Amino acid sequence: MTAEKIIFLVVAFFTLGSGVMVVTTRHLIHAALWLIAALFGVAVIFALLDAGFLAVVQVVVYIGAIAILFIFAVMLTRRELRDQGRQMNRYWWLGAAISVVTFVGLYFLLQGWNGLSKTVSDIPSGFDAVGELGNALISPNAYVLPFEVASVLLVAALVGAVYVAFNRK
Amino acid sequence: MVPLSWYLILAAALFSVGLFGALSRRNAVAILLGIELMLNAVNINLAAFWRYGNVTDMAGQVFAIIVFAVAAAEVAVGLALVISVYRQRNTIIADDIDILKW
Repeated sequence: MTAEKIIFLVVAFFTLGSGVMVVTTRHLIHAALWLIAALFGVAVIFALLDAGFLAVVQVVVYIGAIAILFIFAVMLTRRELRDQGRQMNRYWWLGAAISVVTFVGLYFLLQGWNGLSKTVSDIPSGFDAVGELGNALISPNAYVLPFEVASVLLVAALVGAVYVAFNRK
Repeated sequence: MVPLSWYLILAAALFSVGLFGALSRRNAVAILLGIELMLNAVNINLAAFWRYGNVTDMAGQVFAIIVFAVAAAEVAVGLALVISVYRQRNTIIADDIDILKW
């Protein structure tokens, strides 16, 4: 048991526990705060995978923007936060069954895949992952088209969000 | 170093938890919270396959960033719809928003 495995297990159980709290807690504002905890756990997982840029973007974009947006939305719909009443719908057992079947199915699918025991190779010395990522995002023979499409999608979605939520009165 | 299977099983478990939230919660904002968990599980997979595959090929990280952008777009439109519906019908319980169900 190396130190890295122990860190991974602690972070993984923290992330999964926070995720379970997100979907089961009664207070919606607490669910949003547990989501922030789960997102931090995923950021640590990125750092363990040597994806430093993704870890930073996870903290800045997910926790700094998306989670705050959720907290605002919860506050703007405050009256639905009352503790009485069910939080789950009538078919929650069906949802639970589908999730368990999905997990078990994925688990057995992974067991039968021969790449599962793949070991990690060291990152070559002098390899600049962030620089390579930047080059890949703007290089015409790499991923400039998906990058631009994602930018257009984001602009269109934000303009649409402003239009949908605009108060005409 | 941690085996690849641990990352993939963590991602599968997180995806299943998010799927349960998206299918079972009554509150529309809570459904979106479940979808965020599912998108994060996908990102763990993309980063793990980048690290355990060919490190000089940046495809995994590039598509993780595109998933970030799509998640931001999804949550902006989703919460705008929720707030708009709340203003018009005074509810965000997904079961009660049924005017398209005829």
